[in-house]
Amino acid sequence: MSTVAKFEIEYRQYLDESGKPISKNLPAFAKDKELLRKLYKDMCLLRAFDAKAYALQRTGNMGTYPASLGQEAIGIGYGSALTPDDVVIPYYRSTGGLIQHGVSMTEILLYWGGDERGSDFKNARQDFPIAVPIATQCLHATGVATAIKYRGEKRAVVTEIGEGGTSKGDFYEALNVAGIWNLGVVFIVNNNQWAISVPSSIQTACQTYAQKAIAAGIEGIRVDGNDMLAMREVAEYALNKAREGRGPTLIEAVSYRLCDHTTADDASRYRPKEEVECGWKAEPVLRLRKYLESLKAWNDKDEEAMNAENGTAVEAAVAAYRAQAKAAPTDMFDYLYATLPEKTKAQREELAAIVAANPNAGGHH
Amino acid sequence: MAIVTMIEAITMALAYELEHDKDVVLLGEDVGVNGGVFRATNGLQARFGKERVIDTPLAESMIAGLSVGMAAQGLKPVAEIQFMGFEMSAWDHIYSHAARLRNRTRGRLTQPMVIRMPCGGGIHAPEHHNESTEAIFAHTPGLKTVMCSNPTRAYGLMLAAIRDPDPVIFLEPKRIYRIVKQEVEDNGEAAPLEMCFIDREGTDITLVSWGAMMHETLLAAEALAKEGVSAEVIDVATIAPLDIETILESVRKTGRLLIVQEAPRAGGVASEIAAEVAEKAVTSLLAPIGRVAGYDTVMPYYKLEKMYMPTTDRILTAARDLMEYA
Repeated sequence: MSTVAKFEIEYRQYLDESGKPISKNLPAFAKDKELLRKLYKDMCLLRAFDAKAYALQRTGNMGTYPASLGQEAIGIGYGSALTPDDVVIPYYRSTGGLIQHGVSMTEILLYWGGDERGSDFKNARQDFPIAVPIATQCLHATGVATAIKYRGEKRAVVTEIGEGGTSKGDFYEALNVAGIWNLGVVFIVNNNQWAISVPSSIQTACQTYAQKAIAAGIEGIRVDGNDMLAMREVAEYALNKAREGRGPTLIEAVSYRLCDHTTADDASRYRPKEEVECGWKAEPVLRLRKYLESLKAWNDKDEEAMNAENGTAVEAAVAAYRAQAKAAPTDMFDYLYATLPEKTKAQREELAAIVAANPNAGGHH
Repeated sequence: MAIVTMIEAITMALAYELEHDKDVVLLGEDVGVNGGVFRATNGLQARFGKERVIDTPLAESMIAGLSVGMAAQGLKPVAEIQFMGFEMSAWDHIYSHAARLRNRTRGRLTQPMVIRMPCGGGIHAPEHHNESTEAIFAHTPGLKTVMCSNPTRAYGLMLAAIRDPDPVIFLEPKRIYRIVKQEVEDNGEAAPLEMCFIDREGTDITLVSWGAMMHETLLAAEALAKEGVSAEVIDVATIAPLDIETILESVRKTGRLLIVQEAPRAGGVASEIAAEVAEKAVTSLLAPIGRVAGYDTVMPYYKLEKMYMPTTDRILTAARDLMEYA
C-alpha cells in the first residue's frame, strides 16, 4: 500500500474575537487606517441597511428579505477588493458584495420589493441578478469566466454560496470545470452554520467546506469570515490570481448567521439561544472596531458621525425606493423576448386594456 | 449545391456560423475530437480549434449553466445535449435562468444561445434515449422551440436559431438524421423562425405535424390523394412561439384538422393547437379536431417502440374518420 494523495487545508485568522492580533505577521493593509475605517463603515452601513430592510418588511412595505447580520465581513471583504471590470454572480445573501460593486441600496430594496427593475443595475451592468435557486450561480460564474478567458481579458468572477448550497451537484460541477479549464473564478462559501434550520452536521461529513476544492484539483482556503483582515487578504489574493489567469480558488468563510434565514423564518424554533449568544461574541463589526481603536483610528465621536452618515444614506435609499414610479404591468411582456411573439401580442393587449380600465391596478407592495 | 442528409445539413450550418461569427462557440459531450455521437460536429474542432468547439466534462447541468454564463457575456454558445432524455439535468438552467434572464434584468442581460438535442424514438436506442418532451419547452415562456423535419429546413432553421437574440431549443429527430437527402445550398440563408411551413397544398383536410412525424404525415397525404382526398400538410417547425395563423387559415379553407405528434397525447403541443383552433375557428370546422399521438405511456424500450409511435396507417385511419364525419 502506498499513499497517492494527501491534503491539508490552511486556516487564516489574524484577529481574535476581541480584535487583538494573534500573529505578528499581519497583512500590509493592517496598518492602512483609511482603508480599515472605510471597511468598518461599510460593514456598519450594511448592518444599518439590513435593519431598515427588516423594518420595511415587518411594516408591510417590502417582501421577504434575507439579512447578512453577523456575516458583514464576507461581502464587504471581497466586495472591496473588486474592480469595476470584475463580475459578481450573487446569491440571495450577497447584499454586501453587490453594494460594494456599485449596485445601489435602492435597487436592492426594489428587488426584494418584488420589482424586476431592481435587477437592472445601473452600475455593475454585467453582474448577474440574485440567484434564488440554490447553487446555480456557481455554474453561471464558470460560464462568465469561460467567456472572459475566450476573449483573453483579465477580469475576475466572484460567486457566493451558502454552506448548505455546497450539497448541490451544480456546486461540484462548477468546481470541477473551473479546475479543468483553469477558470478565473473565486467561489466563496458563506459558512454561517445554518441552512434555514439545517446545521452543518446534516450537510456534510467533511471537517471543512474548503476541502471540497481538493477533489476538483483547485485551491481551497478556510478563513475566519468574521475577521476582516483575513477575509479581505484572502479575497484579494484569490481575485488577483483569477485576473492573472492563475485559476480558481474556493474560500470557505466561517461565520455565523445571527439573524433568521429570511424575514419569513423564525430561527428560535430550531436553534438554542446560548449558541446565538456565543455567535454574538465572535461577530465581525465590533471586532474590527476594537482593532481600529487599538490603532487609535476610531473613537466614539467617529462612531456617532458615521451612524448619522449611514442613517442618512439608508433613509435616502428608502426614500428613492418609495418614490419609484410604478412599473407598467405590460413590462411582464416587454422584456420576455427581443421581439414579442405574434401569438402573445393579444395577451399583452388584453392586459393593457385591463390596465387602461383600472389605472390603479398593479405595482402594489 | 450539395446533396446532404439532415445531420450533414446541421454540420454545414454550424460550420457556416463558426466561420462568420467569432462569438459562436460549440460545446458539449464528445463534440470535439469525436465530432458528436451522431457526428453533428464532425470535423469542426479540427477546423475551428479547441477553444471554439469545446469538449466538456460529462455533466448536463454544467453544459447548460456554462451556456447561461457565456451568453450573458455576449458569446453565442451552441450547446449539445447528447440525447433529449438527459436534458432533465440541464432543465433548471434552461427553465429558471436561460428563459428568464432577459426578463429578470429588464433587458440588461440576454441569452443568445442554442441548445441542440437529438429527440424522438425509432432507432432501437437504449432506454432514456428516445423521448419527445417538446411540450415542456413549448410551455416555458422566454424560450423558442424548434424541431427540424428535413435537411433544407434544418440548415435554415439552425442558422436562424444561432442568430436569434433569445434562447432557442433546437430539436433534431434522430430517426430522420439520415433517411432523406436534399440539395442544400451552403449560402448562409436562414429560414424564418416562428413560422409554419405549408409543405403540401390541399383543400379537404389539414394535416399538421413537426419533426420526424412529417415523414409519415406526408406519406399519408399521398395515400389520401389516391383516395381522392386533397390534404394540406403543415410543418409547424417552430413549436413555440406558435404561428397559429397559418394553421387557422388552412383550417378555415379545409374545415378539417388532424394533428400528428410522436409525443404523448395529454398536454402536448397538439393539445395547444387543437385548443387554439377550437377557440378561433370552430365555426369553420366540418368535423371534430383529430389527434394522432404517442400513447400516454412511458416511451417503451425498443422492442415495443414501433407499437407506440404513430404510423402512416394510424394517420390514414384518423383522416378517413374525419372525412366521413357528416
